[in-house]
Amino acid sequence: MSKNKSEYLINRHDNQYEVVIGLEVHAQVTSESKLFSTSATKFGAEPNTQVSLVDAAFPGMLPVINEYCVKQAIKTGIGLKAKINKRSVFDRKNYFYADLPQGYQISQFKDPIVGEGKVILDMPDGQKEVGIERLHLEQDAGKSIHDLDPKNTFVDLNRSGVALMEIVSKPDLRSPDEVNAYIKKLRSIMRYLGTCDGNMQEGSLRADVNVSVRKKGSKEFGTRCEIKNVNSIKFMQMAIEYEANRQVDLIEDGQTIDQETRLFDTKKNETRSMRSKEDAHDYRYFPDPDLLPLEVSDDFIENLKSEIPELPDEKKKRFIEKFKLSPYEANILVSDIETSNYFENVIKKSDVKLATNWIIGELFAALNEKNLEITESPISAGNLSKLINLIKDGTISGKIAKTVFEQMMEGDKDPQKIVEEKGLKQESDPKALEALIDKVIDDNRDKATEYKSGKVKLFGFFVGQVMKVSGGKANPQLVNEILKKKL
Amino acid sequence: MSDITKQSLSELVENIKSKKLSSSEVTKAFVERSEKSKELNTYITEDYANALNKAKKFDEKPNLDLKLPGIPMAVKDLFCTRDLRTTAGSKILNNFVPTYESTVTQNIWNEGAILMGKLNCDEFAMGSSNETSFFGNVQNPIDKNLVPGGSSGGSSSAVAAQLTPITIGTDTGGSIRQPASFTGTVGLKPTYGSCSRYGIVAFASSLDQAGPMAQNVKDCALLQEVISTYDEKDSTSIDFKRNEYSKELTKDIKGKKIGIPKEYRVDGMPKEIEDLWKKGIEYAKDCGAEIIDISLPHTKYALPTYYIVAPAEASSNLARYDGVKYGFRAEGENLIDMYEKTRSEGFGAEVQRRIMIGTYVLSSGYYDAYYLKAQKVRKLIKNDFDDTYKKVDAILTPSTPSSAFKIGEKTNDPVSMYLNDIFTVPVNLAGLPGISIPAGHDAKGYPLGLQIIGKAFDEQNILNIAYAMEEKINFKNNITDWWIK
Repeated sequence: MSKNKSEYLINRHDNQYEVVIGLEVHAQVTSESKLFSTSATKFGAEPNTQVSLVDAAFPGMLPVINEYCVKQAIKTGIGLKAKINKRSVFDRKNYFYADLPQGYQISQFKDPIVGEGKVILDMPDGQKEVGIERLHLEQDAGKSIHDLDPKNTFVDLNRSGVALMEIVSKPDLRSPDEVNAYIKKLRSIMRYLGTCDGNMQEGSLRADVNVSVRKKGSKEFGTRCEIKNVNSIKFMQMAIEYEANRQVDLIEDGQTIDQETRLFDTKKNETRSMRSKEDAHDYRYFPDPDLLPLEVSDDFIENLKSEIPELPDEKKKRFIEKFKLSPYEANILVSDIETSNYFENVIKKSDVKLATNWIIGELFAALNEKNLEITESPISAGNLSKLINLIKDGTISGKIAKTVFEQMMEGDKDPQKIVEEKGLKQESDPKALEALIDKVIDDNRDKATEYKSGKVKLFGFFVGQVMKVSGGKANPQLVNEILKKKL
Repeated sequence: MSDITKQSLSELVENIKSKKLSSSEVTKAFVERSEKSKELNTYITEDYANALNKAKKFDEKPNLDLKLPGIPMAVKDLFCTRDLRTTAGSKILNNFVPTYESTVTQNIWNEGAILMGKLNCDEFAMGSSNETSFFGNVQNPIDKNLVPGGSSGGSSSAVAAQLTPITIGTDTGGSIRQPASFTGTVGLKPTYGSCSRYGIVAFASSLDQAGPMAQNVKDCALLQEVISTYDEKDSTSIDFKRNEYSKELTKDIKGKKIGIPKEYRVDGMPKEIEDLWKKGIEYAKDCGAEIIDISLPHTKYALPTYYIVAPAEASSNLARYDGVKYGFRAEGENLIDMYEKTRSEGFGAEVQRRIMIGTYVLSSGYYDAYYLKAQKVRKLIKNDFDDTYKKVDAILTPSTPSSAFKIGEKTNDPVSMYLNDIFTVPVNLAGLPGISIPAGHDAKGYPLGLQIIGKAFDEQNILNIAYAMEEKINFKNNITDWWIK
């Protein structure tokens, strides 16, 4: 057995198999207009209302590159620590389909805009680097709708021509968990950059998953199968698990694996053959003569570099170094840009340690329960900051703070006001506390005597009584100190 | 005023500007002559009633500052015209009416010209004789049963027969210059990137270029000045300083160095072509030009290169005609069946042949040997010209290896048909401007043309040389109006 806890292996008889996974992620570029036309790209619009003559491939219509999409792709490349190619070429990928009006997709084949890069994953047993092979720009196709009519297929061209980034990883992933971490990290980076919203429900992020298996220790790759167009992390993981086991079964059975394209059936939780290598399309790629090679200058790239915000890896490092967070805490707080923004807003005016605990603990639990995103949090960063300050300066105890927090979750109220209105302010006046404590000792003379004769366990009883009498408002630290003196 | 249709564009413009003629009179004259000339089959779609209305409107409020004030004009049916059917000579676009206007035609209307109709052409501009058109072949006004050249055969025929004072064609491998040569007219293929391709039905995107076709060089220069604009809607449009070609036109070409490429002396070239070329050299010398022998060593590869690159691009450009969105659709059992029937019935034989050649040369396993190799050779051909232009200002060649041939003569021999483009194709591959001017007649009395090839963006220079030589040549087209009963 491996010492590596998270190692994902498939055991059959006496054999152990390793799974090799590479992803081709299709990420929709965040852009108001399409890659080669000025049509809008809003999700959920009425069918065929965001279609220009270019998108519908009318005779004589020509593509014109959208500079904003080029910038977005380069920014993403920078975020992936990748080589930016100053010269890239758009090619035509030729095939016929009803939702592909041109009869070809404009893509980048030999000369993509972004070359090799890397993504760092934080796995439970340490960091893992996943290589990026390339990133290229391409057009999305339209959508064929088969289930509206028993005989006819309808076509919606709203998506036709929308800009996609295809991000191809190296075959560096080894488990469904790593795939999960990879997609999340990729999504996080692009959301930091504002280059893809990463919304998988709306299809802004989907992937083709390449899976092969090999005996543990083998250096050779096995024959891979490509599972097309999987649109959730859960389905990707399920598909990999199914597919890897299917391949292992074939090998154990003495059979060979055919290189083929497969579909994942989410209802049956299985992959099915779509087409074999022999039936693979011949896409007849060639440089699109309607478009000149795309050339960008060093200045253009440098300008974009200056627009790159602090990315999750750098932010994590800063959080650990500057705020003394644990790697675990930092990971959680930087995982998406909104959370880290929230955190940084809270700590502008309040204690870092408390803020970290409150956000990761109470806030996340409360949001989770209500199924809300951090951006939808009823408690603003400013008010959470105030709450933390009330705890820090001793105005309220941690316990009272939880009550206040619950009330804040009902609507963004100023914690100061809640404390005042409900009279929750902590009693920290030694004189008042002494009086309170004297009374408690008086009322429990017998127990006080017992305590003095050595039954020290009873100390807790006195603390409890004082807190009870004070309605929970007594400053616990002071109560402890005074009680010790008095008893 | 009599004989309106015999006037050149420049004369008509002058007469309208000086109010000797109204747009209505001019338009009516060309419409009437066009109506009497149906036998030539130059028009695919006539728009005479609208043209006459527009002329009337123009006359009510004439803007005489425009470059083409109230001038009627028919254009090749490859240019998309808003609200007027645009077929590209194909059944597959038989019912297609664009909602948009090509940049080139829009430029023309912006200068006051009036659309009379759409002129016949080879299907998707694929042909050298106008015989591949779904709408039938076009007669050359020079002689009955003679092809007018192609693919802009309707355009050349209409200009030569004076059914339109001027027109525009497109030239992918010679489709302006060869028909101009066959009909005794002038045709200019501008530098690639000079005229916008926006709204022109695409044949081969890296070669296609619109250009003027006229009865004389001056008219040609004026129309080029109108149609050549930088256009952001075409990514291959080039932003360079464009001349006012007609204003800057001069016959002074003294000292211009004109190259004579030895490789254009092809095997089996008729003696009359050789003689014409020699005569052309003498004319050029008479104009004060200096003649220099040059070599363009990769010329012999131009034709095969062209017949790989052009079909490859065409096979992809024509994929959009699938019966799904617009145009002709044949019913089918399913999507694939519908595609197959639509494209089998919608495209003619020559278009299908080129789609197949193009698909083949791009196929995996053949791409490197054909398409990639062709692109490399194309670069060598361009380099030949670049090197040569260090020594000369322009190049003089025959426009075609023969005069116009008979209708049907080459339809069963595509290679012999393709050979017609041998002198024009290298110019497209190199993206250069070239002009064909009528320079003489063969023994049968058919016109022959000379081609002047220029440096990129140097349209003014070749127009000037053509203008100077035109005067020396003093060509007269011998048209008898045989088709008018």
